[in-house]
Amino acid sequence: MSHATVPLEDAVSFKELKKQPLYAARIKIHPKDIHGTFRKIKWTVLVVLLGIYYLVPWIRWDRGPGAPDQAVLIDMPARRAYFFWIEIWPQEIYFLTLLMILAAFGLFWVTAMFGRVWCGYTCPQTVWTDLFMWVERRIEGDRGARIRLDKAPWTAEKVRKRGLKHGVWLLIAFLTGGAWIMYFNDAPTVVREFFTGEAGVAVYFFVGLFTATTYLLAGWAREQVCVYMCPWPRFQGALLDEDTYVVTYQNWRGEPRAPLRKNTDWEQRGDCIACHNCVAVCPTGIDIRDGLQLECIGCGLCIDACNDVMDRIGRPRELITLDTARNQQRLARGQGRVQRLIRRRTVMYAAIFTVFGLGILIALGARASVDVNVLHDRSPLFVTLADGSIRNGYTIKILNKSREPRTYTLGVGGVEGAELSVLGQEGVSGDRIRLEARPDAVTTYRVGVTVPEDALDEPVNDIEVVLDQVGGGERAVNETVFRGPG
Amino acid sequence: MPTKVEKDAATGQDTTGHEWDGIKELNTPLPKWWLYVLYASCVYAVIWWVLYPSWPWVNTYFGGILGYNQREALDERIAEAAVARAGWQEQVAAASLEEIRADPQLMTVAFSGGQAAFSDNCAPCHGLGAAGQGPYPSHADDAWIWGGSLEEIHDTIAYGVRSDHPETRFNMMPRYGVDGILEREQIGQVAEYVRSLSGPSEDPEAVEAGASIFAEHCAACHGEDGQGLPELGAPDLSDQIWLYGGAKDEIMAQVHNPRHGVMPAWVGRLDPETIKSLTIYVHALGGGQ
Repeated sequence: MSHATVPLEDAVSFKELKKQPLYAARIKIHPKDIHGTFRKIKWTVLVVLLGIYYLVPWIRWDRGPGAPDQAVLIDMPARRAYFFWIEIWPQEIYFLTLLMILAAFGLFWVTAMFGRVWCGYTCPQTVWTDLFMWVERRIEGDRGARIRLDKAPWTAEKVRKRGLKHGVWLLIAFLTGGAWIMYFNDAPTVVREFFTGEAGVAVYFFVGLFTATTYLLAGWAREQVCVYMCPWPRFQGALLDEDTYVVTYQNWRGEPRAPLRKNTDWEQRGDCIACHNCVAVCPTGIDIRDGLQLECIGCGLCIDACNDVMDRIGRPRELITLDTARNQQRLARGQGRVQRLIRRRTVMYAAIFTVFGLGILIALGARASVDVNVLHDRSPLFVTLADGSIRNGYTIKILNKSREPRTYTLGVGGVEGAELSVLGQEGVSGDRIRLEARPDAVTTYRVGVTVPEDALDEPVNDIEVVLDQVGGGERAVNETVFRGPG
Repeated sequence: MPTKVEKDAATGQDTTGHEWDGIKELNTPLPKWWLYVLYASCVYAVIWWVLYPSWPWVNTYFGGILGYNQREALDERIAEAAVARAGWQEQVAAASLEEIRADPQLMTVAFSGGQAAFSDNCAPCHGLGAAGQGPYPSHADDAWIWGGSLEEIHDTIAYGVRSDHPETRFNMMPRYGVDGILEREQIGQVAEYVRSLSGPSEDPEAVEAGASIFAEHCAACHGEDGQGLPELGAPDLSDQIWLYGGAKDEIMAQVHNPRHGVMPAWVGRLDPETIKSLTIYVHALGGGQ
């Protein structure tokens, strides 16, 4: 015990430690209403995005008989995804990967230039939270009224307001969940089935699920999603640099801050009058004057709030503004602003974005309407026939992505004298065989390829299976092996 | 063991009373939630014992008050599947083998059903995909001992080969060596002749001598040119397919003391529709005639 270095009275008791909660309690945020440029942009983006979300499933797109006429549809049972003129098969799921890579680099690119505009304007969490806050403001009043209502005892009036608010929230949440399933089902059909009780269990489950998540995330969790749940703010430090435009409090101009008094000498003090309006309007409840921080979603509402105050006290606008860290340093030193939107980081993001964008376009443009999959029989690997020739069996799957039945010829390359036949079917044989393929479906054939006894030198021979469209230029090639005794 | 629980001065926690060189162990109990999960698991286990099969008796076991039995559950599922298949089974039963082959849909049903039945009943000997192994012939090739038409395949499956069914396919090749019908040298000559039917021989004298022996003893069943006679189950000796091996010593062994494979009759063990489906499947593997 002589080696003890911590004096007893300084050691925190384990039991004392245990009394401290693991998580800080949430301080409820009551964002104040504000008008201004950024608010207008935010409303516009909100209306456009919600409009897209709710209306797109109702756009019709004629694809001919037997195919769904919904422009954007993910048809799980039929395993097809439709996007206007594009029809994606499950085999082409890599388009989704490419799209996500494209989206990620687009996000990096915009963030490197203009900070977290995604968070502030377009993230679903922001959009629905904003909508829910608008409802709250219409029913319960602005910030002051809401704080008072929070503290007020449960009168009939409070019950009415709260009930109405949650009712409207739930209605919006329900419409959100309802619109979600329209992307996976024919919209008019699923709406009718939903209300007549004919829809499937999955439909009711997902409507319920997305109603619940929307209501909880936009109504209750709000900024906690951004601050505690979302990974994106955590790596903004890796994407922002000194030339990124972010929401900035112009420290050099605002400090020292002091409350507004009559006959203020503006030479002796900063422009910030410590009115806390920037804090009051912030949807995540932070003080932008503390500098760039994880919680800031870059929405710019504090700029609107501050400009409003600056106009009223007759000081220049833009005490809080969109600016770069480099410019702030230069301005503090009395130098002018510089703009560096084109820099190594943004050029690289733009280049990667362009490469993947072009890649997707080229891949979509060159997308063949036919593909062939080949599965070599495993048992038996090969068959010796009576005359000594060797036959290998293959399962050939023809993917006809067009909407009409097509005929193809099948041949193989890589071994001499190969004779093809459809196993168990008489009369179909030759060095090339004709195969019918059903429209918009996978047609399967069991095909035998027979080669003469002396055609093989090796036990395993690489061959090519070539499928050519009859009366059309489409060709699909797949590689497989031909096995023999060797 | 100290009778009084000692408190650690620094942390205010109880100690276990254990002490090593002046270091005392704090007594940190398991978290409450962990204990509750344990208790809940215990309760769950007891409920399970009562409801489901659990404790072994001496020569049986406690079946649980729900009477659940996995074997019965499986039987129920199989019965459900049979009901679901019934429509197709009836169609397969009603159609002739040729009619099934002519109808793509019935063909698909019969082929799939045959494939499943083959894997369950036939693959242990004939191999998956009827690849054949050892003395069990392959059905993927185009050589048939007892004939490769639909009817012939059907009868072979239904009645078996050398089985105990009265209608079984049966033949018996004489034991030329064991019973002293042919000398060892003659057997060698006839084997050389048989090999010459499907490839060049380096011993023309033996071939010539073997030819006359073959004409006398073998051609009655295997045919004058050794092309076989499916009606008697005499294999084609002029092709490249050898059930018991095509080397000279293997052929000699078969002439000296023939092996005779046995296949059970499946009629009575499998229902007629399954035998039909098996016929369709085997016929469609690539060698059907």
